[in-house]
Amino acid sequence: MTKDYGGRTRKASGSAWLWSAAAVLMAAVILTPILTILYFVVSPSEGNFQHLVDTVLPIYVLNSLLLMAGVAIGTTLLGVSTAWLTTLFDFPGRRVFEWAQLLPLAMPAYIIAYSYTGLLEFAGPVQSSLRDSMQWSHGDYWFPPVRSLGGAVAMLSLVLYPYVFLLARAAFINQSVCMLEASRTLGCAGWRMFFRVALPLARPAIIAGLALVMMETLADFGTVEYFGVQTFTTGIFRTWFGLYDTAGAARLAGILMVFVLTLLALERVSRKQAKYHFTTERVTPLKAGKLLGWRGWLATAVCALPILLGFVVPAMQLGGLALGNWRKSLDAEFLALMANSVSLALTAAIVILVPALLLALAQRNSRSKFIKILIRLCASGYAIPGTVVAIGVLIPLGAIDNSIDLWAEETFGIRTGLLLSGTLFALIFAYSVRFLTAALNTVESGLQKIKPSVDEAARTLGCSESQVLRRIYLPVVRGSVLTAILIVFVDVLKELPATLVLRPFNFNTLAVRTYELASDERLAEAALPALTIVACGLIPVMLLSRAIKRSRPGSSLT
Amino acid sequence: MRTTLGILALGSCLFIQPAVAAEAVNVYSSRGEALIKPVLDKFTAASGIEVNLITGKSKALMQRMTAEGRNSPADLLLTVDAGNLVAAQQAGLFQSAGSDVLDERIPANLRDPDRHWYGLSQRARVMIYNSEAVDPSTLNSYESLVEPEWKNRICVRSSSNIYNQSLLASIISHSDIATGEAWAKGVRENMARKPQGNDRAQIAAVAAGECDVAIVNSYYLGIMLNGDDADQLKAAQAVTLFYPNQDNRGTHVNISGAGVSKHAPNKDNAIALLEFLASDESQQWYAENNNEYPAVADVPMSETVASWGQFKADDIAVVKFGELNAEAVRTFDRAGWE
Repeated sequence: MTKDYGGRTRKASGSAWLWSAAAVLMAAVILTPILTILYFVVSPSEGNFQHLVDTVLPIYVLNSLLLMAGVAIGTTLLGVSTAWLTTLFDFPGRRVFEWAQLLPLAMPAYIIAYSYTGLLEFAGPVQSSLRDSMQWSHGDYWFPPVRSLGGAVAMLSLVLYPYVFLLARAAFINQSVCMLEASRTLGCAGWRMFFRVALPLARPAIIAGLALVMMETLADFGTVEYFGVQTFTTGIFRTWFGLYDTAGAARLAGILMVFVLTLLALERVSRKQAKYHFTTERVTPLKAGKLLGWRGWLATAVCALPILLGFVVPAMQLGGLALGNWRKSLDAEFLALMANSVSLALTAAIVILVPALLLALAQRNSRSKFIKILIRLCASGYAIPGTVVAIGVLIPLGAIDNSIDLWAEETFGIRTGLLLSGTLFALIFAYSVRFLTAALNTVESGLQKIKPSVDEAARTLGCSESQVLRRIYLPVVRGSVLTAILIVFVDVLKELPATLVLRPFNFNTLAVRTYELASDERLAEAALPALTIVACGLIPVMLLSRAIKRSRPGSSLT
Repeated sequence: MRTTLGILALGSCLFIQPAVAAEAVNVYSSRGEALIKPVLDKFTAASGIEVNLITGKSKALMQRMTAEGRNSPADLLLTVDAGNLVAAQQAGLFQSAGSDVLDERIPANLRDPDRHWYGLSQRARVMIYNSEAVDPSTLNSYESLVEPEWKNRICVRSSSNIYNQSLLASIISHSDIATGEAWAKGVRENMARKPQGNDRAQIAAVAAGECDVAIVNSYYLGIMLNGDDADQLKAAQAVTLFYPNQDNRGTHVNISGAGVSKHAPNKDNAIALLEFLASDESQQWYAENNNEYPAVADVPMSETVASWGQFKADDIAVVKFGELNAEAVRTFDRAGWE
């Protein structure tokens, strides 16, 4: 195993400028909505901003920071512990837990929030039966309020920890073979091996997973709005839609962007600090240590708990509600919703691959600092709330449409109307801005498996640039491409605010229907569409799980 | 790769866009599809005009109309709360387009004098209470909720909600900003819990005993009483409705309404739809199914609503709520009402 310090010694390939030009072009398209928002940050405001600073801004900052810290701790604990146990040990149910840890990924945060609120609120079944059986009434007992900051931390941690699990597991598997075996041989085993060898080696992967988690957390709107927690996202909505102050809202969005860019920088730095490649591809899987007796069952409990809380309990609650309401909810319209959701998500997932692959390859082939920063900026969309992205898409597309229309009318006397706005193009464009991060990160980490020396060797042996691309890169990244499609598919399926704003006439999705019903507190009717989102989300999770089962060191997962 | 292409082709095939019919009207609605679609279907059946619909948050739809500019396909913006209607008017999204029929049917205080928008239904922001915990004779006005006797007994939703914003705007309009702020602060201090959930959730909380009194829109109670959800029915039956401020200006009343978009490509159809929505048939459908108060005089209320009795409504022009909206939001921020 060798440590490669950022590939500083690599020579730029001949067509680096071509990659750079393509990357700049792509970045210009992807960054347009983000720049539109940032433009408002510097344009003059009507003075609401000072009011925000004086009253609510400190609360937004504090709550957002607390939320991020809480979710970071929660997802790290859940994700790393389950990854470590399932990779290194054998205990009852381990085979199931290996893939079942991904189940909560299918559960959107806003849906788990609806579900637990229904279960745990004061008027819900849990507290009601407590009161009935104990003869308590209001004020006689303390029960943790679901709709609170702590509740939001719990909900988000439960559905986001699989990101950390996925990346930590991949890192542990890759280490297992040489490093951990060596560590054991040298007498450093158990907890010491975990803290002194495995964890430091897996740190870049864990931080990459955490960066995704943090960005999801910052962009979350559904959960915090439902719980009444004042964060940046709810603040942006309130300023934009309550005060009708675009500039003020954009300034808040600008501050949010600073958070995001800091996160991205952190992730980059941690990746740069340590890039590990194997010196050999000949590896043997590590023998899992058997955990006997209570230790084994403890491990089972640790791995089962997050799956139960993050998937089984809410899915069963929704299932019960859906069963009682299926006659009312299941009709032809519902099937149309399903077809809309699935085909939209699939198309978006495939379209997003184009910028993801292009930027990932450009990143690898370019030495320019500028290009690298540009690509990082393109990957910041994940943390921008959907509605903000939507407005950032609406304004430039509307401007383009109207200028073409005006020009055509003056030149040819015909009106072209809206060519892009209000079409699926606008929607998919917004998804591309928002979810490029997920696809790009996945493809990138796939590419990282190819040691820079492989490129060099191939070139030395007379391969042309396109041959390197076709014969080395593509076969290796195929697995990552599949993963990227799956991740984006699930993300788009769950996406709510941008879909709400940008969709064409008479075009409804499962997420929109769920939100409309649930925000009207008609949870029973929302249960079937909600459960369907979860079920659709399960398909890619299953495929991903299968890939996990097959995955061996040296193969390309994530 | 071939399978990928196959999936892509399949995916694209599924996007069959509904062709926009020759006679059509395009509606941007902030009322949920379930609430509005049945009436729109009746309109299509009666007139042969197809209705194309997008639903979404009111201000987001307004942003979309602004960005689409003169090419916007929107003919009609349908939304709740005068605050939203006035904001759309101020953003230049409506045109002055109505008809004598509309002017005659919709009372003057529920519409824009220059025909930019028309109110189509009314809702009262009332109090509901738990009769086991509250003696109704102690209930009085919105203002009385700041008294110390209500400490830890009030439930009400977030101030991000426009119904609360318009209520505060009406209080400011009847007094001044300082009075409004003191009221918001006082209510905040008396809340039994942090503001959360919508008006249904407040009713459920009062029924369960988490709080004793809540401020809600009247139709929520009506819908819960007439719905088929057993839990909600039980909750609604456990609470009693109270019309506040009967001794002075009357209970706060707001509207849902609609206006013809500035660049409406089907202006005549939009006006036809507005007139249909103001017809006896639609007004009655709304009254029956959504338990709102009809905007048109002489259209009967639903049985449930009628059972709550007559009440004195604050007859302030609803335009005021829009004019004071931003002031109300800032006042809530200062008062610390989340």
